[in-house]
Amino acid sequence: MSRSPKLALLAGFAALAVVAAGPLIAQPQKQVQPKPKPPVAEQPAHAKLNLGRPALPEEIKAWDIDIRPDGMGLPPGKGTVKQGDEIFQTQCASCHGEFGQGNGRWPVLAGGQGSLTSDRPEKTIGSFWPDLSTVYDYIRRAMPYGNAQSLSPDEIYALTAYLLYLNDIVKDEEFELSDKNFTSVKLPNAATFYDDDRETTEKAFWGKEPCMKDCKSEAKITGRAAVLDVTPDSKTAPKVD
Amino acid sequence: MTSPRNRESLSRRRFLGAAGMAGAGLAASATGARAGAPDPLITEVQDWNRYLGEGVDKRPYGMPSRHEKHVMRRDVSWLTASPESSVNFTPLHELDGIITPSGLCFERHHGGIADIEPANHRLMIHGLVDKPLVFTMEDIRRMPRQNRVYFLECAANSGMEWRGAQLNGCQFTHGMVHNVMYTGVPLRALLEEAGVKPTAKWLMLEGADSSGMNRSLPLEKALGDVLIAFAMNGEALRPEQGYPLRAVIPGWEGNLWVKWLRRIEVGDKPWMAREETSKYTDLLADGRSRRFTFIMDAKSVVTNPSPQAPLKHKGRNVLSGLAWSGRGTIKRVDVTLDGGKNWQSARIDGPVLDKSLTRFYVDFDWPGQELLIQSRAMDSTGYVQPTKDELRKLRGVNSIYHNNGIQTWLVRANGETENVEIA
Repeated sequence: MSRSPKLALLAGFAALAVVAAGPLIAQPQKQVQPKPKPPVAEQPAHAKLNLGRPALPEEIKAWDIDIRPDGMGLPPGKGTVKQGDEIFQTQCASCHGEFGQGNGRWPVLAGGQGSLTSDRPEKTIGSFWPDLSTVYDYIRRAMPYGNAQSLSPDEIYALTAYLLYLNDIVKDEEFELSDKNFTSVKLPNAATFYDDDRETTEKAFWGKEPCMKDCKSEAKITGRAAVLDVTPDSKTAPKVD
Repeated sequence: MTSPRNRESLSRRRFLGAAGMAGAGLAASATGARAGAPDPLITEVQDWNRYLGEGVDKRPYGMPSRHEKHVMRRDVSWLTASPESSVNFTPLHELDGIITPSGLCFERHHGGIADIEPANHRLMIHGLVDKPLVFTMEDIRRMPRQNRVYFLECAANSGMEWRGAQLNGCQFTHGMVHNVMYTGVPLRALLEEAGVKPTAKWLMLEGADSSGMNRSLPLEKALGDVLIAFAMNGEALRPEQGYPLRAVIPGWEGNLWVKWLRRIEVGDKPWMAREETSKYTDLLADGRSRRFTFIMDAKSVVTNPSPQAPLKHKGRNVLSGLAWSGRGTIKRVDVTLDGGKNWQSARIDGPVLDKSLTRFYVDFDWPGQELLIQSRAMDSTGYVQPTKDELRKLRGVNSIYHNNGIQTWLVRANGETENVEIA
């Protein structure tokens, strides 16, 4: 049975959906509240199948958690670097490290500026990410890992402010990030992304008739798979008859 | 002799017998039959020939033969920090034809496998639509359906090989791909129910799992061949493949195929979600990055022989492999056995479908010399699969995703096969 009010609520929605599905389905329950209007009347003129039911404003609000770079979707709220530091140490640091440096193989969140053309680039929020909205959106939907959607809007503003501070994008511990000033913050690497251009820059891969005979005089081995302990089956030489 | 009444010892004997048979089989094929000694597998009555096998009530949902236990998904634990946000690999070297068995389709999760009862699943469409709608699984199953076979390839397939030959086996170098028949509803039909506003240009797809996976999808693609699927290979989606509902985005990188799909928002701009900014953007040598590299280019790999499937016999052999393209159908696959000096066009067998795996073969004689095997796919747009070096010249070695470079296998005189790079 329902272990939480959330599950009871889901069951309520299920009952609602049955009502909305129309008169073909026997519907003995009378306790369902509120009763939506008949779905056929609610359908737009172009609907061909008359399936589905109108999404209620409360339902859209509950699920519509995404944030865009232009600020669309930002909830009202605010938080400072200092507040973010405190939340980060209790909620995030066990994986990401006190300063976002990443523990073990967990993701590094700060640093790496100027490393993108190096042999081993370090792609962090400060060195790589183009949009601050992504930080808010991703924390809101997926973090902390294993306890997603548990942080309040203010807590996420504070954490985002702290991540800006860790990446030297804001220098002031008193800095407060809010829905009002959010879109004014620009990330350093924003300008370096461009849309897929393979059909232009890799045009040479199209339309050539490849060589079939006597294409080269010798084939030289230049590299071999490192011996990694992932393919036990291939460790011993096979028997050849 | 073991009494058939003694079930325990019988099954033990069967097991030992099977193990012995594998050895005997090798010996027989090596010497026995040709030396003229009678094969006891023929001259003696075998257990399976004498005793009853299991009845029809033993396997309500069948599994592969116990002799195929080695055919399984495998992971590479050092690749990721946690198994819930990780990947495993399809055993391509053990498969044939073009359909991947559902239980062997590679998995990629970002927050583990969501466990959702279909009656509790909802799909919401909102944003720039005339009427935001909520669909139940029952609603979706009442809409006109389509059946289509498509490959799903992770954008990071072969990504560990950018800097050189690293993993020894096509399961690991190429196994982030699978190919199944999907049954579902065109996304276009769902969008028509809601009525997309003229200002709409992009959609955001979002999963119901704990990663809340979200990606932006251009409206044009959404109105094209995208399916919202509830079945694969004739039965409900497997939980690890998005049960009860997933997006199918033919030809495009696997990350867009949002599993456990619960919400589609219609908008006028892309969202720049984490999975299209921090991830699934391709860093090039000059420090700039390509974004929205949706299409998976033409690619192929020889699955047999390969490091996990060495050559065992001199003389007649079957070389087998897979080719695919996100831009259309496979037109031709060329294979070289001598490191690219000479090529021959492989024999394609089985269906050649749009944006689907395609099976090819080269039936050949092997006297036992060293081989350097490569395959090169060509698709219906005239695209020819490039070498890894050609790709590196244009992109460098840090782009992680979209490595469709030609793979080389070195087959030694003893049949052992290794992942190598050649020039």
